[in-house]
Amino acid sequence: MAECHPVGFRWVMEAKRRGATIIHVDPRFTRTSAVADIHVPIRPGSDIAFLGALVNYIISNDLWFKEYVVNYTNAAALVSEDYKDTEDLDGLFSGWDHEKGQYDPSSWQYRGLDVTPAAGHREMFSGEPRAERGAIVSAEQHDYTLTDPLCVFQIIKRHYSRYTPEMVEEACGVPRELFEKVARALCENSGPERTGAFCYAVGWTQHSVGVQYIRTAAIVQLLLGNIGRPGGGIMALRGHASIQGSTDIPTLYNMLPGYLPMPKASYDTDLQKYIEYNESASGWWSEFPKYMVSLLKAWYGPAATLQNDWCYDYLPHITGDHSHMVTVAAMADALIQGYFVMGENPAVGSMNCALQRKGLRNLKWLVVRDFAPTETAEFWHNAPEVVSGQVRTEDIGTEVFFFPCAAHTEKDGSFTNTQRLLQWHHKAVEPPGDCRSELHFAWHLGRRLKELYRASSAPKDRAIRDLTWDYRSIGAIEEPDAEEVLAEIGGYTLGDKKSLSGYKELKNDGGTVCGCWIYCGCYKDGTNQAARRKPASEQSWVAPEWGWAWPANRRLLYNRASADPQGRPWSERKKYVWWDAGEKKWTGVDNPDFIVDRSPDYRPGPEAKGIDTLSGIDPFIMQAEGKAWLYDPNGLLDGPLPTHYEPEESVLKNPLYGQQCNPARMEWIRKENPYHKAWGDTDYPFIATTYRLTEHHTAGGMTRWVPWLCELQPEMFVEVSPELAALRGLENGGWATVSTVRGEIEARVLVTERMHSFVQQGRTLHTVGIPYHWSWIGRSTGDAANELTAFVADPNVSIEESKAFSVQIVAGRRSRKRRAAASGPLVDREVEGPERDQPEVREKPAGKHGLHAGKTELTEEA
Amino acid sequence: MAKNGWALRWPALKQLSTGDLAGLGESAMTERTRTLRPRVVEADKVVDSVCPFCGVGCGQKVYVKDGRIMDIEGDYDSPISQGCLCPKGSATMQLVTGTHRTMSVLYRRPYGRKWEKIPLDKAMDMVAERVKKARDETWEEQHEKGHPLRRTLGIAHLGGATLDNEENYLIKKLFTALGIVQVENQARI
Ligand code: SF4
Repeated sequence: MAECHPVGFRWVMEAKRRGATIIHVDPRFTRTSAVADIHVPIRPGSDIAFLGALVNYIISNDLWFKEYVVNYTNAAALVSEDYKDTEDLDGLFSGWDHEKGQYDPSSWQYRGLDVTPAAGHREMFSGEPRAERGAIVSAEQHDYTLTDPLCVFQIIKRHYSRYTPEMVEEACGVPRELFEKVARALCENSGPERTGAFCYAVGWTQHSVGVQYIRTAAIVQLLLGNIGRPGGGIMALRGHASIQGSTDIPTLYNMLPGYLPMPKASYDTDLQKYIEYNESASGWWSEFPKYMVSLLKAWYGPAATLQNDWCYDYLPHITGDHSHMVTVAAMADALIQGYFVMGENPAVGSMNCALQRKGLRNLKWLVVRDFAPTETAEFWHNAPEVVSGQVRTEDIGTEVFFFPCAAHTEKDGSFTNTQRLLQWHHKAVEPPGDCRSELHFAWHLGRRLKELYRASSAPKDRAIRDLTWDYRSIGAIEEPDAEEVLAEIGGYTLGDKKSLSGYKELKNDGGTVCGCWIYCGCYKDGTNQAARRKPASEQSWVAPEWGWAWPANRRLLYNRASADPQGRPWSERKKYVWWDAGEKKWTGVDNPDFIVDRSPDYRPGPEAKGIDTLSGIDPFIMQAEGKAWLYDPNGLLDGPLPTHYEPEESVLKNPLYGQQCNPARMEWIRKENPYHKAWGDTDYPFIATTYRLTEHHTAGGMTRWVPWLCELQPEMFVEVSPELAALRGLENGGWATVSTVRGEIEARVLVTERMHSFVQQGRTLHTVGIPYHWSWIGRSTGDAANELTAFVADPNVSIEESKAFSVQIVAGRRSRKRRAAASGPLVDREVEGPERDQPEVREKPAGKHGLHAGKTELTEEA
Repeated sequence: MAKNGWALRWPALKQLSTGDLAGLGESAMTERTRTLRPRVVEADKVVDSVCPFCGVGCGQKVYVKDGRIMDIEGDYDSPISQGCLCPKGSATMQLVTGTHRTMSVLYRRPYGRKWEKIPLDKAMDMVAERVKKARDETWEEQHEKGHPLRRTLGIAHLGGATLDNEENYLIKKLFTALGIVQVENQARI
């Protein structure tokens, strides 16, 4: 955090100054470790074993926050009698369907009930017709003594019972005393009087079990009562100015703005079905139709009427996974004609660069927008496979357009930072030359396309013809008015164009327009709320008048949990939101994340519907039953509980189960994407992990051209421990070549004790640390780490695994005829080896473009 | 200053005569240092902004003079950053004003070996035509089982995560209306 989010880290230092214990778990010793109270070097890829052991420690030492857990989580819920755990099936849960190659989650459900997963997971399973979901929440079966062997609490207890300090030693390479020190510190700093927080940078998600990493942290935090309370939580420290915004108003294939799912071809055939499959009968998602209708009104304006289902028919439908790597694999198979890349550099920042560039070579046209031509814009020139002669520039038929972009100082607009806070940046100067904002590009491209389709009467062209696209044009360059776009996102009433103050005002009768329901109110009172800048010194520590946080300017989500079931703060020290019995409403230092007049003693009757099903002790209002999920009865594709699986390419056999890897992971079996052995590959015996440096940003598009930063961090390097250096004859400052069967890179060697060697399962394991900012263009150049990585991903969100894989390292430079897996593996070799999967998991039906995943059928045609 | 001022200006004497023994106070000053001002006071306007790099969202002040950016500094009022910027944030000035920035549209013909400059409007027209062509050629109205698809898989998008919310919104709105579903972002990477 000190390296990648330095200014955010000043608050950690402030907490330390006030007595907080800082624990840093990271394979490397970094500037964060230098100031932490405890640094725990951990083997890359073993975090679930570590976190699962914390769960076990908390439960077996009886250190969990009982009143919180019993009232605010699903610990007491009873699970189906058909449920079988990974303890019973050597690493698999019940329900593996070996013909479909995926899980059937029905045996994971609550007893006698189907519930809807919360936001963010809805789009994965929503396809299954389950019209009555949530309707019978009140009939749910519970054991509040938490002793029934099939209640969630007992299932968790058993699931993690073998995650012991000894196992941590074996799986993570962390000495048990060190583990116990961490566990003690965490538990001593949790409870009514104290809270503990988890902060992670998104490298934590870049694993084939990435989602479950975060889930395990959530279980720990819920057991300790650290969610929805000040100083608690799990904070994703995201790496980009508006990466949270790009998820909320997604340029992501599976969602519409505000986490509404994209329609799925097989199920969501019309608006009624779409609503039926996606709304919940209970909890906040019962308001779903209002959000959807307001979005359709925002997009299709007067054309959207009750009679035509608000133009629902204009929306395209998805048929499975259309995520980044899936798309690039299709591109490499020449199935995609055109690609827009805006402010992104996949030829450096995405997995398996050689395969990325093969995709680009097989396009008809490519549009890249950036400050200067990146490696993605110039893949046809000086790319490794071009330099080596494997591919010739004059054979590459892709037409490339490079558009220079405007900087944030040359345009108005809002970023949503990592804590959901929208902050407006004002235009300071005009963009130079032909530099333009993406807003300008999208708007003018849309205007041209509307013109090209103006005369068309084809049904397929109605959506573009009816699209509302009249934004005010400003200045000589005809920049669309960004504030007007924000006003549409924030919502207004149709009749008098009065801006809405919050999502509770949205309607399903076409009377309101709102481009993103969770942002509703960001243009309240006709004022740009994101541009508010009341100095921190002039307001409370929560600073509610600086920018605007979604939803409803709430700074801390689920903050009802900061009070006890009766509505009183858990302690004076940790006071945040509470029930004011006199006023009969929730109040506090933040906007309460609850129905403001719902008394703590309210209990819904059997007839309750929608929001009325939420009781006064249901803080997690987005969940169908208002409780946080320790156990996920159906939301994830790889199981209801996080389980330790090894990375696709590991150096160790899974010490816990016969099942080596996540059974539902996404693999691409293609000749340009070969894998190493599951473990013990003697050709690639070392662990590799990639990371960022303070002075550079992602794939370098915003830093490798900036001399000040290049001076601070001038050259690509790899970090190795003195032991590994001795073993491989590497010299500090000398050259090394790091390779996988997919690519090879050279870099200067930094021999440093910051890298740790682990002794595990009787072997010494070494790690090579590889920053991933460089490639062949810019003012500071070097080889790209992602030449080494593979297409392999988490099944839930299709995020790649780049933080743990296996490599070889040798002293000296790579040959000038460097190799890349442009057309196949670097070396021909037998890859017979240990199996990654149990026999029943081995044969997954192949999807398209080499994809094998434990999920295709769930969203593909039923 | 008196006639014999040259002697009193001699640093050691000046220190002694003013009692500034550490030599860090008045005796270290000259006319020049006394009149020094931060560059930014000369700015015509100060514009509120946000650091464009990482997700922390540090506040920035952009100082403008004669229509050009003269400096970018941290914003002391921000409850997030209280005036601080890290090395990247501090280099924002060079990011937005540096000579690395390309100012014109570049075009590489199929099988071409070099970039050519082309006018912005022409490039926009060419891209619009290509979108229409690709979309019309690859349109899928229905699945073979009769389910509606109403989309094209012939076009894809990948966006960075330093784009503004408003930009992402228009991209998603336009591309969805065109039936483009392969719309992706750094947020998944
Ligand atoms: S100044 Fe540094 S820490 Fe702050 S937002 Fe910018 S990159 Fe992040």
